[in-house]
Amino acid sequence: MTTTVDTQTDPPLVIGTRAFRSRLMVGTGKYRDNATMVRAIEASRAEVVTVAVRRVDLNRTKQDGILYHLDPDRFFLLANTAGCFTADEAIRYARLGREAGFNEFVKLEVIGDRDTLLPDTAGLIEAAGTLAKEGFQVMAYTNEDLISALRLEDAGCAAVMPLASPIGSGLGLLNPYHIRVIKERLTVPVVVDAGVGTASDACVTMEQGVDGILMNTAIAEAQDPVAMAHAMGLAVEAGRVAYLAGRMPRREIAVPSSPTTGLLD
Amino acid sequence: MNVSLKVTVNGEPREIAAGSSLDDLLRSLELDPRMVVVEHNRSIVRSPHLRERRLEEGDQVELVHFVGGG
Repeated sequence: MTTTVDTQTDPPLVIGTRAFRSRLMVGTGKYRDNATMVRAIEASRAEVVTVAVRRVDLNRTKQDGILYHLDPDRFFLLANTAGCFTADEAIRYARLGREAGFNEFVKLEVIGDRDTLLPDTAGLIEAAGTLAKEGFQVMAYTNEDLISALRLEDAGCAAVMPLASPIGSGLGLLNPYHIRVIKERLTVPVVVDAGVGTASDACVTMEQGVDGILMNTAIAEAQDPVAMAHAMGLAVEAGRVAYLAGRMPRREIAVPSSPTTGLLD
Repeated sequence: MNVSLKVTVNGEPREIAAGSSLDDLLRSLELDPRMVVVEHNRSIVRSPHLRERRLEEGDQVELVHFVGGG
């Protein structure tokens, strides 16, 4: 038996100048220890792994930088600008991240509100434009809002990353309609970032047709992060293949699966 | 000469011998230059230039690296 849709026929995810086999991207924050983090990332089979830029803690004697634990030859390290509340801050962090890292990619965050961590889209669009002109491949974390997404694409982003729900909330995909609309209208890849809580959330998100998912807390805060990472890898693949397969139409009435003829009197 | 300079490193006041370079600062903090990005008065200094860049009184230095994040 041959299948018309499988992961072999699914082309790689191309973002800017790079192609990725895995459509799951994972963060490195909030793990209980580095060994668990590394095992979870391996279990997820993700290639793109996000990291944050922070001051070296000069009062600690032990080296705690993540490069002591993650091999940059094995993973594509994507620096973020998490914690930035203005375009200028985000631009500064992006430049530092480029120096610390190994590529021109940045996951751009400009946060507008401390409670919800929702993005400041005006600051985001400003920072994205500046960084794109400097040669960055900008992947912008944004609202599930079509107009912001279109403006970010216009500003030169290599990918747009609308949220499923707020960062670290685990509320899952709150607005599948808007995610679908963004995917339908943008030319650059759409990678849903933030809010996924468990594997079914990841699967449903991929079934909307988006190009990938980035997640951190759902894996790091699971009871067993390594097992959840494995589940997320399977869910992203299942959701992707289901999207490519094309789901049956929804109906408000039942349609029998068994023959309606040949029934006994 | 035994004069020291007051500089700010990662937001904390520090004293370092006059004439010290950024490379000297990293050594005094036992940091591997390959694992740290140096920002000196808001401009990034790449590792080949750390030895030639001298610190002056009141300079602001940021030493950053990658940590876990999402």
